[in-house]
Amino acid sequence: MAGGHVHALYRHGDTRLHRLPPHTKIVAAFGFVFAVVATPREAVWAFGLYAAVIVVLATYARLGVRFVATRMVVEVPFLIVALLLPFVAGGDTVSVAGVELSHEGLWDMWNILAKATLGLASSIVLAGTTQIPELLRGFDTLRVPRIVTAIMGFMVRYLDVVLGEMRRMRIGMQSRAYNPTWIGQLRPYATSIGSLFVRSYERGERVYLAMASRGYAGHMPAATTDHATAGVWVGVLAVPVLAWAIAIAAIGVA
Amino acid sequence: MSTPTIAVSGLSYRYPDGTEALRGVDLHIHPGERVALLGPNGAGKTTLVLHMNGIHMPQTGTVAVSGLTLTRETLMEVRRRVGVVFQDPDDQLFMPTVWEDVAFGPQNLGLQGDALHTRVTTALDAVEVADLAQRPPNHLSFGQKRRVAIAGVLAMEPQILVFDEPTSNLDPASRRELTIILQGLGITQLIVTHDLPYALELCQRAIVIDRGEIVADGPTAVLLGDDTLMRAHRLELPFGFRLDPA
Repeated sequence: MAGGHVHALYRHGDTRLHRLPPHTKIVAAFGFVFAVVATPREAVWAFGLYAAVIVVLATYARLGVRFVATRMVVEVPFLIVALLLPFVAGGDTVSVAGVELSHEGLWDMWNILAKATLGLASSIVLAGTTQIPELLRGFDTLRVPRIVTAIMGFMVRYLDVVLGEMRRMRIGMQSRAYNPTWIGQLRPYATSIGSLFVRSYERGERVYLAMASRGYAGHMPAATTDHATAGVWVGVLAVPVLAWAIAIAAIGVA
Repeated sequence: MSTPTIAVSGLSYRYPDGTEALRGVDLHIHPGERVALLGPNGAGKTTLVLHMNGIHMPQTGTVAVSGLTLTRETLMEVRRRVGVVFQDPDDQLFMPTVWEDVAFGPQNLGLQGDALHTRVTTALDAVEVADLAQRPPNHLSFGQKRRVAIAGVLAMEPQILVFDEPTSNLDPASRRELTIILQGLGITQLIVTHDLPYALELCQRAIVIDRGEIVADGPTAVLLGDDTLMRAHRLELPFGFRLDPA
């Protein structure tokens, strides 16, 4: 089977950001996002600074505008909901180009738009510089329960396999002239999802047999973990510390 | 005579729906042998294999691995001694990286640190995939996946390797590379296969199983040359394939 693109979020590179121990990057990204979320929405300047931080990091990691922009598309459905808020929220209104918009709604829209975009952008920088096995190791180092990281690992591992089966089933259907043009013809599609579920379930059993054959007795082996020196921590934590400084200043001003 | 690596005697097994999958199977495999297990679809090959490492427990009869009888108590040791390489490597490579996958078995045995490192490196080297150690399994070719699956089993330091259809889905070049690797392993092997030329190439001895019973056991070339036997058990050599006169 051809290799899939589960690593589509990763940008191959060898910058310092790529090489940092993964758990430090996870801590930094979470710290940064919490600072963004805690910032009052009226502090527009603060969001500008956050965006600047992201741009600097993405540039440093050589992620490229196109890479980041195409991965931001996932945000669009949320933005559509946010864009409705000025029209549906109540309270005082302001007139924009002859349309009466809710003042409160506009601020809500801005709040969601700014925070969601920054949060997503920071996770793109994290995922773009950290391979999935490294991310899992990072969570292990941060002592996320082993069973949780094991489940995440299985999910990532078999996503590709299941998608591959789905693709083959679809090709099988299309090869026999299946070309749904109206909704009533979707029935075979629905049943194929059912059989995909059954196949995945059976695969789960085979995987378990293979695990049992190699001595699995109910406990995943201890995960490998990383170690970061104090120097590395200081460097990495500079990002969330800066973000929190901005957030605290913004809270003070507001 | 040496203690057989695998000693199966009087083994019968009936599936919960009543289907009789194995009927009084007797089988010995001795250290250093490489044996082919042949038979048509549904003959009971896989059921027999799943008894050898205790995935199925014998309902009647016994299975012993190097003198150790399979029971609930000896299950873990039997699984360590018998390494099964399954047909679909995607079922067997479940960890995020090749390295972690090969380390899975030894870690379950309690290995860590340098001992673990050595064990994993040795296994990866044996199938010539050391350069893939940090790759996620979903980025490997099918032939690479198969070899990594073998490494994962080798890392358990088993006394016998059992392969379920090792050549399925392999292109001729990967198939040949696998042959060289299997020949170089120097470990007792049982190869379950429909690929009769492969059985002939690799195994001096073959066992034919049909409808849950062993119907023939002897030199591979002799069995494959016996037209009556072959036809009776739905075994066919590929078109154009000829056995050299023995």
